[in-house]
Amino acid sequence: MNFAIKTVAASVLLASAGGAFSQSGETVKIAWLDPLSGLMAAVGTNQLKSWQFMAEEFNKKNAAGVKYEIIGIDNKLSPQETTSALRSAMDQGARYVVQGNGSGPALAIMDALEKHNARNPGKEVLFLNYAAVDPDLTNSKCSYWHFRLDADTSMKMEALTTYMKDQKEIKKVYLINQNYSHGHQVSKYAKEMLKRKRPDVEIVGDDLSPLAQVRDFSPYIAKIKQSGADTVITGNWGSDLALLIKAANDAGLNNVNFYTYYGAVTGSPTAMGAGAAGRVYMVAYAHANLPGEINRIVVDYKKKFNDDMYTDAIYNGFAMLSDAFVKAKSTDPVKVAKVMEGMKFKGFNGEVEMRKTDHQLQQGLFITKWEKAGGKYPIDAENTGYTFVPVKYYEPYVASTPTSCDMKRPS
Amino acid sequence: MNAEFFTISLLNGVSYGLLLFMLSSGLTLIFSMMGVLNFAHTSFYMLGAYFAYTLSGLVGFWPALVLAPLAIGTLGALFERYSLRRVHKFGHVPELLVTFGLSYLILELVQLVWGRSTVPYGLPTQLQGPLFTIFGTQFPKSRSFIMLVALLMLISVWLLLTRTRIGLVIQAALKHPEMVQALGHNVPRVFMLVFGGGCALAGLAGVIGGNTYITEPAMAGSVGSIIFVVVVVGGMGSLAGAFLASLIIGLVQTFAVAIDYSLATALQGMGIGVSPETFGWPVLKLTLSQVAPILPYLFLVLILIFRPRGLLGTRED
Repeated sequence: MNFAIKTVAASVLLASAGGAFSQSGETVKIAWLDPLSGLMAAVGTNQLKSWQFMAEEFNKKNAAGVKYEIIGIDNKLSPQETTSALRSAMDQGARYVVQGNGSGPALAIMDALEKHNARNPGKEVLFLNYAAVDPDLTNSKCSYWHFRLDADTSMKMEALTTYMKDQKEIKKVYLINQNYSHGHQVSKYAKEMLKRKRPDVEIVGDDLSPLAQVRDFSPYIAKIKQSGADTVITGNWGSDLALLIKAANDAGLNNVNFYTYYGAVTGSPTAMGAGAAGRVYMVAYAHANLPGEINRIVVDYKKKFNDDMYTDAIYNGFAMLSDAFVKAKSTDPVKVAKVMEGMKFKGFNGEVEMRKTDHQLQQGLFITKWEKAGGKYPIDAENTGYTFVPVKYYEPYVASTPTSCDMKRPS
Repeated sequence: MNAEFFTISLLNGVSYGLLLFMLSSGLTLIFSMMGVLNFAHTSFYMLGAYFAYTLSGLVGFWPALVLAPLAIGTLGALFERYSLRRVHKFGHVPELLVTFGLSYLILELVQLVWGRSTVPYGLPTQLQGPLFTIFGTQFPKSRSFIMLVALLMLISVWLLLTRTRIGLVIQAALKHPEMVQALGHNVPRVFMLVFGGGCALAGLAGVIGGNTYITEPAMAGSVGSIIFVVVVVGGMGSLAGAFLASLIIGLVQTFAVAIDYSLATALQGMGIGVSPETFGWPVLKLTLSQVAPILPYLFLVLILIFRPRGLLGTRED
């Protein structure tokens, strides 16, 4: 009896303590700055819907008891437009911004926030980067106000090459990438890491094609065939990946495997279809058939929009913010940034850590393969009947790469 | 470069060139007949692909191959009748602007109706798979089909313009519209037919280009600039010129991709030492394959400098 009273008293205390959190009931405005027009409009639209959908999910229940509100602003994929979009977001009272498509706009936000936060104490703004993967953002150009939820190019290449190390049939590798910073990074890290892990592998081609200009990839396919490559590594996304794989299918390039970064992004699954089954690999922090809460979200999203939810980093974004609000007992970005540094929290795929030195999320990575959906992996991509099936999982430490970041923290 | 690679690249280049020709023939036709530079031309190409996607879901691909271009042609004719004809009297700039506006309108409409992402517009079973295999590389049926349709189109348009009564009226209306009008022909209706016909050709290119490549809202923008290159290089208004220019551009782009030489390797070949420290290294190290997609534009600039009327153009102004 005595014990029961104590338990009740304790839970009443806990409950009232929970209610007493100062941030509880607040509305947190998050500005989303990504393209809604132009070449990447399809990807941007999908991701904005994902952020809004996930916000609704977290509004139903989150540890901090806050309400999330997403303000979507089109940045037209341009750094210039991004800064004015950021200005308008701050005018609307957003203290958190999220962005992902392109490292150029990401850098523009980081620059702008460095200045804004130094000049406007009490009005600081935090930046959650959910997909811009240039390693420089957490190395030479790292910023205290920037937190990256995606794994950067070097981490993904680390996991990819660790997998390739054990594939003895790989002898000749062909690199084809888009001619801008991301493509250059993929090409650079592929060469570096393959040299370290598989010195016997020969790089038989290193091509850079202009971003979203090429309609007809068959000349490149002819070149790949001519080089005798058995494996292609590409960081291409959007139509550049879709058309590349489609041209390979058409030319009957059946004995070459493609190792990609963005096979699941809007447009590519439709282009790959059945023709590419078993030949396309992807490295990513998630896949469509993860178990647990994220599975329900992916299924509900598909039901609601008839579209794929592939940006699982958004889940981690909300999970991290909610936990940090509880720990900081506030939604003030300055206090939140302080507790997010080095914070461990439960993501969609087990515990992850926001590394303190460079604000890069340390998370496990999957190597997945394009195969027929069904059995353990029933959720397909873009209603093609095919999906990326995991073939290998790497724990966070495997893909972790060192950082040269010299973080300047506000005193 | 060996024979195998040469043959494959030749086939790729010719088939890509022929698709470019299908796209640009309508544009050059409209320009030569009406003097209107139709900025919305590639939008009709995109509409063709989307119409064919929807129609092939309803009636199958082969009826759609006929119906979609007809629908696009009708839309084009209606646009000419109710919009272009009205602004015609204000001169060339308003005409240009109205087609420019139309291209935006169509883009937004397509995104509203079919969404912003790629639609699964696939090849019909008869066109899937390879037609033949050469040196171990397959040549897809879909590309052969593009080549066939483009050639048929060239021949039939040429026959129509030179061997039929309506063709003669069109040609006459181009040079002496007042005289043709005086002889009792309805010149505005001829223009409407030409504009509709040109749009239908773009629609036809969309029907078979859409499933050979991909059908997405960005498809109009991505070919928009290249077909103007074709039309200018070939000579404004010259159908034969457009044919020649399409093939040249298709081949140049295809073969340039294969060549990994850069200015740096050329200089080294001549015995001049070049290293990453040399002035202008970022430009020198660019290989021909990297700049392949911009070669057509270089070609355009050179043509405009040295032969402004284009390869087979007749206008001397």
